[in-house]
Amino acid sequence: MTNAWTDIKNTDLVVVMGGNAAEAHPCGFKWVTEAKAHRGARLIVVDPRYTRTASVSDYYAPIRPGTDIAFLMGVIRWCMDNDKVQWEYVRNFTNASLLVREDFGWSDGLFTGYDEEKRDFDKSSWDYQIGDDGFALTDPTLQDPRCVWQLLRQHVDVYTPEFVENVTGTPRDKFLTICEMIGECSAPDKVMTSMYALGWTQHSKGAQNIRGMAMLQLILGNIGMRGGGMNALRGHSNIQGLTDIGLMSNLIPGYLNIPTEKEVDWQTYLSTREFRPIRPGQTSYWQNYSKFMVSFMKAMWGDAATAENNWAYEYLPKLDVPAYDILRMFELMDQGRVNLYFCQGFNPMLSIPNREKITRSLSKLKMLVVMDPLSTETSHFWQNHGVHNDVDPSAIQTEVLELPTTCFAEDEGALVNSGRWLQWHWPGATPPGEAKHDTWIMAQIFLRVRELYQREGGAFPDPILNLTWNYADPEEPLPEELAKEMNGRALGDVTDPTSGAVVAQAGQQLSGFGQLRDDGSTMAGCWIYAGSWTEDGNMMARRDNSDPGDAGLFLNWAFAWPANRRILYNRASADLQGKPWDPDRLLIAWNGEKWEGYDVPDIAPTAKPTEVGPFIMNQEGVSRLFTRGMMRDGPFPTHMEPFETPMANVLNPRMRGNPVGRVFESDVANLATSDEFPFVATSYRLTEHFHYWTKHNPVNAALQPEFFVEISEELAAERGIARGSRVRVWGKRGEVWAKAVVTKRIKPMVCGGKPVHVVGIPLHWGFMGAAKKGWGPNSLTPFVGDANTDTPEFKAFLVNIEPAAEEPVA
Amino acid sequence: MKDIATAPTTAVSNPPVQPTEAYFDARDVVRISATRDVPRPERQLEPVAKLIDVSKCIGCKACQSACVEWNDTHPEIGENVGVYENPHDLTPDMFTLMRFSEWENPATNELEWLIRKDGCMHCEDPGCLKACPAPGAIVQYSNGIVDFIHENCIGCGYCVTGCPFDIPRISEVNHKSYKCTLCSDRVAVGQGPACAKACPTQAIVFGTKEDMKVHAAERIEDLKSRGYENAGLYDPQGVGGTHVIYVLHHADKPGVYADLEENPRISPIVEGWKGVTKTAGLAAIGLAALGATLHGLFSRGNEVDDHDTQAADVLVKGRDPDDTHGGQV
Repeated sequence: MTNAWTDIKNTDLVVVMGGNAAEAHPCGFKWVTEAKAHRGARLIVVDPRYTRTASVSDYYAPIRPGTDIAFLMGVIRWCMDNDKVQWEYVRNFTNASLLVREDFGWSDGLFTGYDEEKRDFDKSSWDYQIGDDGFALTDPTLQDPRCVWQLLRQHVDVYTPEFVENVTGTPRDKFLTICEMIGECSAPDKVMTSMYALGWTQHSKGAQNIRGMAMLQLILGNIGMRGGGMNALRGHSNIQGLTDIGLMSNLIPGYLNIPTEKEVDWQTYLSTREFRPIRPGQTSYWQNYSKFMVSFMKAMWGDAATAENNWAYEYLPKLDVPAYDILRMFELMDQGRVNLYFCQGFNPMLSIPNREKITRSLSKLKMLVVMDPLSTETSHFWQNHGVHNDVDPSAIQTEVLELPTTCFAEDEGALVNSGRWLQWHWPGATPPGEAKHDTWIMAQIFLRVRELYQREGGAFPDPILNLTWNYADPEEPLPEELAKEMNGRALGDVTDPTSGAVVAQAGQQLSGFGQLRDDGSTMAGCWIYAGSWTEDGNMMARRDNSDPGDAGLFLNWAFAWPANRRILYNRASADLQGKPWDPDRLLIAWNGEKWEGYDVPDIAPTAKPTEVGPFIMNQEGVSRLFTRGMMRDGPFPTHMEPFETPMANVLNPRMRGNPVGRVFESDVANLATSDEFPFVATSYRLTEHFHYWTKHNPVNAALQPEFFVEISEELAAERGIARGSRVRVWGKRGEVWAKAVVTKRIKPMVCGGKPVHVVGIPLHWGFMGAAKKGWGPNSLTPFVGDANTDTPEFKAFLVNIEPAAEEPVA
Repeated sequence: MKDIATAPTTAVSNPPVQPTEAYFDARDVVRISATRDVPRPERQLEPVAKLIDVSKCIGCKACQSACVEWNDTHPEIGENVGVYENPHDLTPDMFTLMRFSEWENPATNELEWLIRKDGCMHCEDPGCLKACPAPGAIVQYSNGIVDFIHENCIGCGYCVTGCPFDIPRISEVNHKSYKCTLCSDRVAVGQGPACAKACPTQAIVFGTKEDMKVHAAERIEDLKSRGYENAGLYDPQGVGGTHVIYVLHHADKPGVYADLEENPRISPIVEGWKGVTKTAGLAAIGLAALGATLHGLFSRGNEVDDHDTQAADVLVKGRDPDDTHGGQV
């Protein structure tokens, strides 16, 4: 989230699209009901199904799964043409005025530079015109045909209401009503919030869906505002923490990167990361990259990381591919190239697409280790459960180890919520049986591996032998120790570069990332968490719920990264002179000398408003309507069909899915066409359950006991399916049996002149636990992913459906 | 930065919850099934109400699970019959149930998904109590709560007939009748009902009936501003008003909410039953016995079984009382 859950109460309009907040985030959704009840806010829901969120909405419109970009570009076009633009914001706080290279262009659904062989773009033309002074050229009048604003208008020209209706299936009148409701929020004192989740991310162009809405929010002037922003609703209580501390194959804590194998030395690595400003006087905060990185290396390897050895740069693994994401890992496993796989709090048998491939892949491992509080499908993938897991155990040689772990309620530590709040919590119960904390297990493994290296040497023992492991009890590091390490501390005295005064003495906890240095005098495991555990104690454990000005910020409750800031880009809540756009929504204001207000300013405290732009992480100092080469699939979002679709891409019928989406050659033959599989399926959560966990709990299991699929009354009639009867749903990669929920909440749509039926597939059943045995959608979903994030396309695929007389027997 | 919470590191040091003083008990009973001449209590409690704002309800069933957890019932893991309701009806193990209605509003041609939490309405004039032939099996307190005292229940099912809302369910296991108690055991110690506590959107709120009506009026005003002209409060006067009340967007059509009664009344058959209960009541119960009869109600929910004791011992002392080795766990 750019903002926070508590800030949703400040909004005038909530748009839930690409998510189902009431259903999947019922506790956070209370802030929507608060905004409605006490601010008169309106709620719009755009979703293939009339969801539980829709049931409390003011306006609902259906949309065909996987066509959100067309809808959003249509809204942007409508706003541009109807003067629903926050002009002063767009001129000054976005890159609308920057000029783009002459050789950049777009045609037939593709941007310049596409290489069909490589399935990749040469992105060199997707950039600004740079002047002799090294700065990007601009036209503040926004008239130059090469300025971002004019190119954007040209780009969205195709997305007329007719186009939108034809592609998305959203009736034109509903689309236009929503445009008008959204357009009102271009007024400086009207603010809209976007709440989205995996309904946007789980597409082969998921990142571009989100880009589309972010651009709209910028055009309306809603980023940085109270009650505005782009608010990703995270699906696990600590999934934000997972990304923050870099539990991805290509990340280092704090959104730093693992080097690639082309970056052979420290200097090469830094050269492409310490971004210099490309507009005069801008902050471009990533200039400080080396301070974050050196502090991380010092946290990892302490005295072994020195200026002389480039902070032990050679200890870091180097990627030979962009990322070892889950799709790639299972592809490699399927090729027999993985021996040992560790599943820590992860159930790929139900959460990775194409279950048949997952079973096959796990069967090729020598050993599988599952660390989980529950007995998962993954740890039992080898066990025969009749039709629900029809495998031959005697043919599977994989050795499986189950290590029972504690669950979140039995641990101490911080959970990072969607609003970036690190909230410390204490155990509510003692762990049952032999369950152990994950840290204990990891420590035991590490100590034994280190011993092996000590004893036997090995190819490259240094990174293991020199790893900092100075915990009071090496067998089990405490959450407190780990948290302090992530915050960072001074290794020598840290001085202020201008005054020379000591700001932190050797050994002290740092109070913020401003104190980090790249001379080895500081260490910090995760620079964005600096300030969470200072000399004043554990900031994450704070529980003061006072809220000056009723601003919804709660600065003394827990700690929000970065720097305890509650609303990112809050400098943009004030105009060019530093006065709030809406006096009732004060966050920070310029008092002539410095910024002050309710929130921690997202800008240097004395940076003059007329000189320094509000988007300090960007080299431009402004936000990006045009993203240059930052995204693999284009600097603007463009309509792309899902890999499995009932309709050819009207912009380019030859193009399948995302032209640079994640797809492996072996899976191409496994993609369905609509001749054989005419219906569009989409997967989702139900509020009665949490993923695959709560089916183990008899109470949740009683409230939603059995796997079902949802279809319209029209499709039910067409296929002769009665409510509550058993159906067979099959796709190119598998089949499942389910009960049929026949509902008015799904209605056929018309796209390209043809009816499109949607089959809704909730995801909470498997073959373990208390609930009735069933299947997950991953028995059906394609093994393809997003071009930028590799997130699998769970939200739009093709199936067929028919009545099934009786439950199949094993 | 001195207001940092002290950081307990184990469950033991979490602050214990102190029980609040009981605010109502057996002395506040105003009606008892099959019993005449219940003496007027010395005090009149402020009437309470649970307000269910159907327009704020997201149908998450947190109320259902909280109800199961608090009352320690064990609803069966059933099957899906093509709808979202589970269990499919109220049962002796499920005192409250979200009922989902897909309604196409003829005025707008738009679909509405109406989700109503069903359960005991705690009628001011309770048909169940009037129908009940078992002395002391059903009581009503002066704050409006209608409660079943299971020790006295004979499982005859007359309360089901007497209820204008078809709420009580008879257990096939112990032949007792069950329904929502409005968490009388929680309310008695100053807490709201479990469902209200669990409700994430505050669609369920609890307080004095007067306060709930004021709150409802605000909600109705908001709904009218959104075009729900007929938004209103459901507090049916045919049963003397209820202590569970609804805010409805379409108060003129309660029937669209899973057949909510338009004008609930106690069946005339039940009204004619009074004569019988009079006799039974005189024979069966003396005032002295009343306190004992009701004792079960207030001790329930605070019972500690062996398992609890053992778990507490492990938590507090760090050892298992049954652990003969006396070692740490």
